Amino acid sequence: MIDVTLYLAPVTVRLRAPFGTVRHHLETFYPDALRPSGRTGNFIDFDIRIAHGTGWRRWLRPQARFLLDNTEPFLPLPASQAAPLFEWGLNWCLASRPLGYLVMHAAVVARDGDALVMPGSPGAGKSTLCAALTFIDQWQLLSDELAILAPESGSLQPNPRPISLKNESIDIVARFPGARLGRRYADTRKGTISHAAPPAASRTVARQARCRWVIFPRFTPGSAPRCEAIGRAEAFARIAEQSFNRDRMGDTGFHALCGMLDKARCFDIAYDSTETALVMVRDITGR
Amino acid sequence: MQSAACRRLVSILKTPTQACALDLAAWSELVASARAANLAGLLAERVATAGIEVPPEAARHLAAVRQLSRRQTQSVRWEVHGLQRALCRLGIPLVLLKGAAYAVSDHPVGRGRLFGDIDILVPHHALGDVELRLMVAGWASAKTSPYDQRYYRTWMHELPPMVSVRRGTVLDVHHTILPLTSRHNPDAETIIRAASALPDLPAVRIPRPEHLLIHSIVHLLHEGELHNGLRDLFDIDGLLRTGANEADFWQRVVDASRTLDVVAPVAFGLHLAAHLLDSPIPPPVLADMRNAAGGPASRLLTMLYTTAIRPENEATESPAAMLARFAIYVRAHWLRMPPHLLLRHLAHKSIARLKKDEPAVEGRA
Repeated sequence: MIDVTLYLAPVTVRLRAPFGTVRHHLETFYPDALRPSGRTGNFIDFDIRIAHGTGWRRWLRPQARFLLDNTEPFLPLPASQAAPLFEWGLNWCLASRPLGYLVMHAAVVARDGDALVMPGSPGAGKSTLCAALTFIDQWQLLSDELAILAPESGSLQPNPRPISLKNESIDIVARFPGARLGRRYADTRKGTISHAAPPAASRTVARQARCRWVIFPRFTPGSAPRCEAIGRAEAFARIAEQSFNRDRMGDTGFHALCGMLDKARCFDIAYDSTETALVMVRDITGR
Repeated sequence: MQSAACRRLVSILKTPTQACALDLAAWSELVASARAANLAGLLAERVATAGIEVPPEAARHLAAVRQLSRRQTQSVRWEVHGLQRALCRLGIPLVLLKGAAYAVSDHPVGRGRLFGDIDILVPHHALGDVELRLMVAGWASAKTSPYDQRYYRTWMHELPPMVSVRRGTVLDVHHTILPLTSRHNPDAETIIRAASALPDLPAVRIPRPEHLLIHSIVHLLHEGELHNGLRDLFDIDGLLRTGANEADFWQRVVDASRTLDVVAPVAFGLHLAAHLLDSPIPPPVLADMRNAAGGPASRLLTMLYTTAIRPENEATESPAAMLARFAIYVRAHWLRMPPHLLLRHLAHKSIARLKKDEPAVEGRA
């Protein structure tokens, strides 16, 4: 049984779990964020437990349950997926618990405090591109999954956690220089998944950034490369669709998103290889 | 209410200045309890009103839930305007209950509160027309099984819940305040007739203060589920404090509970609020209600509610609370319908639950 506090700016998480796989996952991906819980006198934003299944599901086809504050927001998964369950559950916490941040489904990388936001529907290839920018072009990783915007300062918050990879992208990212992958989980709801550790630089220099570019990536095998500037209004509508809580945040959410786009240039890109995508991003950002 | 965390939450909600003495770990626990009890918004309001300095980590949560409450209030008002538009042609009064009534009438109880479903009360004779007009306006029945449909339509005090096809908002259309099969038989017409109009919403009505209080009590005691028990108790506390601004409020409460045939639950609800939250109820009123109900509140029932009412994050940790909740659940169903119906209903529900469990073998998140 582990009982640890994770410092994952902007939140602090307490995690209790009896699974060895979860402990291994934390040691692999969160080595410097980890402290034993005990009487630390911290403020805990999310109190999470990954628990064994109840009744016979403890032993027969064992399950892992996700509990936030002792309540179970979703159905259990097979016990072998306890570690991915923690990652998915933590994303759910960040997206659904009111914390005053506008949270969007997007990868965020930055350079010298200038952020590139890549919203994406599942399967668009944003995680692969995010990993390529991080490992090959040495961008700072803020998050591969959640853009967390503080309305009061207009800055994107770093939340450097393992990059979540699915199916074909696992082998692609495994070949990137410096990429370190964890174990593979077959037969999850999203197919085979794995995680890539963010580079040490992203974890240690976790600084906030301001949105300068928004790019909607689309990986389409066999397609001709295409890069098109789009208007801020269109970008707003498309990001709003990918935002978990803009509506719940009322006019604060609306103004925060407007503010984020005010200083941003927006693009729609389609590509059939990571190399092409990297060239496009270099052209757009000039970095 | 027997855990230290729960007692501290209650005492800080009553006397917010006590929060000055908390360290960061205590704030962490307080915010978690308040959130789990669905009272984080009330905590935020009370702490802000008292001008307490809150550490930034906790302030984030409190500010966010206040903002969510304001946003939900706005949404509820917007939905009510839509209901007014959908139903005004019928020429019937449309009475808002619970959260919707607090939000639209800007009742103090609504400040910082989070809202779930929208509850409305309409005259029984108009039910068919109301349902039809709502369907035209984009509300669809959420319960699709024939059993559930029949359960609501034959035995309950409301239509099966309706869901806005576009927005997912849930609407409960009541025609009375207790199930038709219940031991008590309140005449909802008295609530509808006495309800007051609003300036800019001609069809919409807000129940009299004593009816808001009585409905809140009856709801807490007959619902059987105590997930929001502590929040409901604070609603009751707020409703009676605000209601008491009218000079004849308490007399009206006593009279209305007689007229509505709910003396016993109201007597017990007031006793519970006085016992658990020290709600300011004049002793003669408590005595009157006690006499009318035919004796003092049951000590067993008081003990059950005292044990069962606590924030959700600790409820499942305590076997005593689970047991008390189960007893209250059974009792609520006992009050809800006569034994033969109850048996039939519970049998059906458990079979349906067993059937539903099977796909869980696949393990989905």
